[in-house]
Amino acid sequence: MFLKKVALAGAVAFMGTTALAGGHGAACPTEGRVSIVGNEFPAIQTVGAGAMSCAGDAVEVSTNLTADHQSINVPGMQGNPAEYTSAIIANSSIVALMNEDVIRPLDDLVAKHGDGIQPNQLITINGQVMAVAFMANAQHLVYRADVLEQVGLEPPSTYEEMLAAAEAIRAAGIMENPVGGAYAAGWNLAQEFNNMFLGFGGQHFEAGTANPSVNSEAGVKALEMMKALSEYMNPDFLTHDSNATNAEFRAGNTAIMNMWGSRAATLVTADGVPQEVIDGFAIAGPMTVGGGDTPASTLWWDGWTVAKNISDADAEATFLAMKKAIDPSILTGDVPTQAVWLIDGYEPTEAAVGVFAAAQSGTIPYPMLPFMGLMHTALGNELADFMQGNESAEQALADVEAAYIAAAQEQGFL
Amino acid sequence: MKHRTFFWFFLPTAAAMLLFIALPIVSVITQSFFTPHEAVLIETENCGPFGCTKETTIDQDATAAIREAQPLGRFVGWQIYTDRGHLAFGEVGEAWRNSDGLRSFAGSLMNLPFYDALVFTLTYTFICTPFLIILGFTIAVAVNSLHRRLKGLMIFFSLLPMIVTPLIGALVLSWMVDSRGVLGNFLSWLVSDPDLSVKASTPLMWVCLIVYGIWSSAPFAFVVFYAGLQTVPQDTLESAQIDGATRWQQIRFVVIPHLAPLVTFVALIQLMDNFRVLEPILGFGAQAHAQSLSTFILSDLSGETRQLSSAATTSVLTIIGIAILLTPVLIRTWRDFNAKSH
Repeated sequence: MFLKKVALAGAVAFMGTTALAGGHGAACPTEGRVSIVGNEFPAIQTVGAGAMSCAGDAVEVSTNLTADHQSINVPGMQGNPAEYTSAIIANSSIVALMNEDVIRPLDDLVAKHGDGIQPNQLITINGQVMAVAFMANAQHLVYRADVLEQVGLEPPSTYEEMLAAAEAIRAAGIMENPVGGAYAAGWNLAQEFNNMFLGFGGQHFEAGTANPSVNSEAGVKALEMMKALSEYMNPDFLTHDSNATNAEFRAGNTAIMNMWGSRAATLVTADGVPQEVIDGFAIAGPMTVGGGDTPASTLWWDGWTVAKNISDADAEATFLAMKKAIDPSILTGDVPTQAVWLIDGYEPTEAAVGVFAAAQSGTIPYPMLPFMGLMHTALGNELADFMQGNESAEQALADVEAAYIAAAQEQGFL
Repeated sequence: MKHRTFFWFFLPTAAAMLLFIALPIVSVITQSFFTPHEAVLIETENCGPFGCTKETTIDQDATAAIREAQPLGRFVGWQIYTDRGHLAFGEVGEAWRNSDGLRSFAGSLMNLPFYDALVFTLTYTFICTPFLIILGFTIAVAVNSLHRRLKGLMIFFSLLPMIVTPLIGALVLSWMVDSRGVLGNFLSWLVSDPDLSVKASTPLMWVCLIVYGIWSSAPFAFVVFYAGLQTVPQDTLESAQIDGATRWQQIRFVVIPHLAPLVTFVALIQLMDNFRVLEPILGFGAQAHAQSLSTFILSDLSGETRQLSSAATTSVLTIIGIAILLTPVLIRTWRDFNAKSH
């Protein structure tokens, strides 16, 4: 027994020194509870698996990675102690956690264990570190180089060129519906509107207030462009989310689309994708619209948070496990292609050009405003009527503002 | 039964009903009269991978203090009930004043989410319920007349739609009617219109949802009627046969009158169920064409900012809606009950 203790102490001491010698080598927590909730795309799976590798006798680690994470993370962190000790979120969804006050400032933990985390990974809100970002994301152009070559066109850099390319492809009889887009009524449709609206120079709210300002010239132009694009889409476009849109691309039914960087990298690695789709697959930066300079897209980061309603010991364990999960040592195999990682030592791969171009060309980050979620919901619910041709763009935008105002008044923002 | 015995017999049920049905409803009703406090907003500097920006956030300390003082939130009375997301009294009044005829008034009314959803929900309920009763009854009569050995197998197959999880059933049908699916392609070949898409057309989508609704609920009616068929008095049937009644006449004058109370029962349950239609709309991804009160509750609760008060209000309106729907059936049952006891 004594011998075992000595051996164990020696091993711990040895591991401690190597970690120190290594400078930034992340160590797993020695005890505590770590429970993670987050989205389920490949990069987040990698982070979840990284945290799981810390599980041991005294360290309990569990993950719940699901597309429905947004509807369970707040309830799962409101209890005391919270069910989830960490939520992996993006710049849109951190707002809900901030509004409900369920995540803790990380300044003391960063001061104690923060070596190896780069300064630009720290998300500070009002001077306090609230999250640690590990990847960047944006929607950008994904296209079939072979199809565009056939019609003799360069990859589009504006949405107007995209329309022209779509017409050329249809006219050449190559594809009936060459444009893809995640236009499913609800969150996706609202997001495509946000892209286009920001591209036309729109502002969702009057500066410094919660008053909506989407019913504007930019709003009408954005809707008209979306309608024009939808003429070249599969007629079922209002039911297509990013998964269905990607399936259309994989099947060789579409040739140009605006797609998430986090999904583009693994787009043609699925089973059964025809060889010409694999060979023709190419990505480029986001497009502009209406002669503007700002790309019609939004910048996103994904990062992790630590729950407020847990013991300090569990918070420290969670911080260490999550830091371990985004250690530079994870960047092996196909992990570097899964995302545009913000972690030290990441070398951009070919799959990253779209997101990098988005960041360099001045794409606007998705607004981190407490009432943006309500606006997004209102857009998602009210724009489908216009896309089906049931009402005018002005009427649809007036409905959006009315629905948003009713919700914002209820939530106490107006 | 003695009153005393009845009391002790009923007590566990009453306690469970109070705990799991009455109290949650009271809590939902309370919630619908309160909204979150007015947010205390402050301008802050936020920094991240893409640089620093000035943005508005909620002042947590100030908000926590207000919450501490009044944990329920602001009392707003009927405000949420009458806002645009629900009964929209203001908007309806304005539409009435500004419209130059019933047609344009109906148009403006359909632009309000609550009334738009109500029209679909009621159409769905009133078409599905009678059709599924007729279909369930037909299957029951058909299965009942089969040979003993075939019955078991046929009962199993007839129950399949009910065994399949509603969301999965809807999803399967949804993929089949997709413009690239089996049924979708067949339909567009049938009417020789290559651009025909079920999912892009509101009327066709409604037809699909209703067909799905009938398909998935008919087994329930079938099971109830099949059980009822086993109790049809054989003497009456035989005397009808001796009197020379045809098969149709036997069903019309013996079986149907015997099963009439069961029809009331099935109608009662199905009116309630269909009014809360949710799974087919989600499964078909039909939110652009059809909304129901249940999809509103789901969307209020699943957005990035959860709207609990709005969801609670829609829930109360759903309960009221079901109560109104069931009133005629309940009155009828009550009359029958009284007639029998005298």
